[in-house]
Amino acid sequence: MTAHAPAAPGRSLPRLPGPAWFQEYGVYAAVAALLLFNAFFTEHFLTADNLRTQLIQVAPVVIVALGMALVIGTEGVDLSVGSAMALAAAVLPLYLGYGLVPALLIALLAGAVVGAVNGTLVSVVGLQPIVATLALFVGGRGIALVMADGQLKQISNPDLLALGTGNFLGIPLVVLIAGVLALAVAFLVHRTTFGRQVVAIGGNRPAAALAGLPVKRVLTVVYILCGVLAALAGILATARLTASDPSSLGNLMELSAITAVVVGGTPLSGGSIRVLGTVAGALLMQLLRATLVKHDLPDSTAQIAQAAIIIVAVYVARERRSR
Amino acid sequence: MASPEAAASAATGEPPSLTPTVLEARGVSKRFPGVVALDDVSFTLRAGETHALVGENGAGKSTLIKVLTGVHRPDGGELLLSGRQVHFARPFEAQQAGISTIYQEVNLVPLMSVARNIFLGREPRTRLGLIDFRRMHSEAATLLEGFRVTVDPRLPLHTLGVGTQQMVALARAVSVRAQVVIMDEPTSSLEPREVETLFRVIGDLRRQNIAVLYVSHRMDELYRICDRVTVLRDGRHIHTGDLADLERVQLVSMMLGREITEVRRHGVTSFGDEGHDIARKPVLTAHGLTSRHSLDDISLDLHPGEVLGLGGLLGSGRSETAKALAGALALDKGTISVAGRVLRRISSASAIRAGISLLPEDRKAEGIVPGLSVRENIVLAALPRLSRGGIVSRKRQDRIVDIFMKRLRIKASSPEQKVGELSGGNQQKVLLARWLCLEPKVLLLDEPTRGIDVGAKAEVQALIDELAQEGLAVLLISSDIEELIEGSDRIVVLRGGATAGELTGDQVSEAALFAVLADHAPAPAPPEGETDADSDADADAGGGAHAAATDPLAPAPAPAPAPTPDPDPAPTPAPTPAPVPDQAAGDAHAPAHDPADDPAVKEDLR
Repeated sequence: MTAHAPAAPGRSLPRLPGPAWFQEYGVYAAVAALLLFNAFFTEHFLTADNLRTQLIQVAPVVIVALGMALVIGTEGVDLSVGSAMALAAAVLPLYLGYGLVPALLIALLAGAVVGAVNGTLVSVVGLQPIVATLALFVGGRGIALVMADGQLKQISNPDLLALGTGNFLGIPLVVLIAGVLALAVAFLVHRTTFGRQVVAIGGNRPAAALAGLPVKRVLTVVYILCGVLAALAGILATARLTASDPSSLGNLMELSAITAVVVGGTPLSGGSIRVLGTVAGALLMQLLRATLVKHDLPDSTAQIAQAAIIIVAVYVARERRSR
Repeated sequence: MASPEAAASAATGEPPSLTPTVLEARGVSKRFPGVVALDDVSFTLRAGETHALVGENGAGKSTLIKVLTGVHRPDGGELLLSGRQVHFARPFEAQQAGISTIYQEVNLVPLMSVARNIFLGREPRTRLGLIDFRRMHSEAATLLEGFRVTVDPRLPLHTLGVGTQQMVALARAVSVRAQVVIMDEPTSSLEPREVETLFRVIGDLRRQNIAVLYVSHRMDELYRICDRVTVLRDGRHIHTGDLADLERVQLVSMMLGREITEVRRHGVTSFGDEGHDIARKPVLTAHGLTSRHSLDDISLDLHPGEVLGLGGLLGSGRSETAKALAGALALDKGTISVAGRVLRRISSASAIRAGISLLPEDRKAEGIVPGLSVRENIVLAALPRLSRGGIVSRKRQDRIVDIFMKRLRIKASSPEQKVGELSGGNQQKVLLARWLCLEPKVLLLDEPTRGIDVGAKAEVQALIDELAQEGLAVLLISSDIEELIEGSDRIVVLRGGATAGELTGDQVSEAALFAVLADHAPAPAPPEGETDADSDADADAGGGAHAAATDPLAPAPAPAPAPTPDPDPAPTPAPTPAPVPDQAAGDAHAPAHDPADDPAVKEDLR
């Protein structure tokens, strides 16, 4: 036991020049490598049809992960995103009678409320994010089930269904929305006052507070954005499913989103947000799974491979911090 | 590898024989990257003595404690416990060997019962190997009774007051058969009555021949309960000796020392040239700032063009005052007004909007955002002003950043370099730039030159002078006495969170400052032992080394706590007229306004 006590020396290991490059571009390289591998060794992988399928499947994860990246950038985490998706899905059929737009707005509002509760608990009450969001992780789905009478509801509104299956210029709407949102969040993070304040608060909260930044407000808004994005992902997933399924929609989504963010190179310790890295992280996990499935390996293999990638990503992020 | 030895010395039980020295450090050194925290420090702790360990920030007190308690391993030198060399690989080994520590913040398990906390890890067992709760509770009750603390040992710890928790920590420390108890600022969160209980317990420890290493910056406490004192400064051992032989002024000057700052002596900075053009009308007025446990009715004015120094020892409330002025400390009472307008809502944002900027003391924890670039750190507070419709304008940022990087000569490979990679001096300049680009009216500088290299230090000092000349009101806090005296037009001295005096004009001198710093109710040196409470502690102290002295004195402390909880200021009314004269610097007493009132007030609040 004595021998293990001084964990610190691990830090002083000589560092290769490689890690710096790997930290910066590792995710993109991994995605490229996987595509390259499939181009040669997997039949019918680099076809338009298959890529479409992959992108459609990954889109909701990307949308949720964008919000998660903002939250993780503030040194927080949001466990309630899956419940926010379920809540949006449960609300949707209840208000479709008033028309598509009001129903969509109310579903998004449900996500905003979830985020506002999380944000208030974190910034005003001062709870730890993991605890604060755990409340709605558990409770949010419960509320969703109550609202939906615990039932799966078929959706027949053609406009809503079009949202899930429609195309624009040959690109699936779902993918298009995810892409536009990724660009919007990247702009938000890098080019707006708000985005820079988010990063500064994550990097050093006491310093940000002393510099007069509206810490509580920024934190609350970040959680609200995360909730709204999750609700949007819930709407799109519902449209694709052609049914509102609050009991299982978004299950384990929080873990997929966190994985995408972490694999994308955003440190859990906050102070840095890599938006495009997050998109690549989600894509990497999706492609990895698809590749293994196409090679007739069981799903469990995919899980093991994903676990390995998460460990590598966290290790690389650790190196980044200690520099 | 070290553990067997330490364990062995623990196993023998070590009756703290008649050897006067229990714990000795010989030539202990400890280096951290870039800092020598302890440089060849030697000192001895005798059985049954209460030994004060003092020094300002960065003196090496906490590092020494950590070495003694096994948290850090020394790079050089050796530790001897009862004459035998010991190596502690872990804090647990030091505990086993009989060195107990009570930290400033109680480090117990809040949700466990009092009794479990006391016996954690060595609970009495039943025959089945389960915890024998009945025995544990009764033993805990007995133990606490010994400290005259009446509390149900079954209560969860967190339901008790901080002081009582401290007592529980003490009970734990003592009940592990400690030979040495180290107390790191134990009174900082205690109420006066709890302090009395603590002192009583320390008296009991003394009688049991247990050595106490007492770290505190409260002069009154030190002189009241400590026998000897060791002074550290900048990681070096400065002095060890009987406290009774040492006047307060001497102790203070040893703690503060004098820095060699050749650069300034040669007139590179324009400090020392007192002729700032000071406006008559104050730009900042603070009235009656009060905050529990830190500030006690502090009022001050700050004029444009003036550098107001804030003097005081560690823990006197300097940083808290600066934080309060910057809206970053919750106030119980008090008002702050800038240019005649009272701040209605006190917050960092409103203070900044009103033109008050604070350069915080802890650059790393409260200043820089290490992962962001120099540019982003500079514009952090000004971001909203440099943006249009919430979208940042890179062009405007670059202009500001360029101006300040040139003006303050910030050395970075580019504005995009991460601030965390810069030297301390350049980090500090980045922070100064952050505030200056807001064009503040009032600049509060908390230790602006601490931990930065000589060159940067001179530049920062010159800048402070320049800013004052431009009409900025500057509040300067510095532990570097020369910097404070040469840089300030006027100095307000704080003690125990209250104003202790003000030096103006020619009074701004080292001698005058020391006199105000050292003075309090001029509690006479302990040997005279005139107060009841003091006498038994001191008499005991004198004979502390002789275990024989314990018995006759044992009953003595009982009456001690009976008098008012704060016997200190009360029994020394004689010198009320002017407390200073009996101090060395006779010419210095003028600045100490209201000398009689403040200490009493302060003592009450404690």
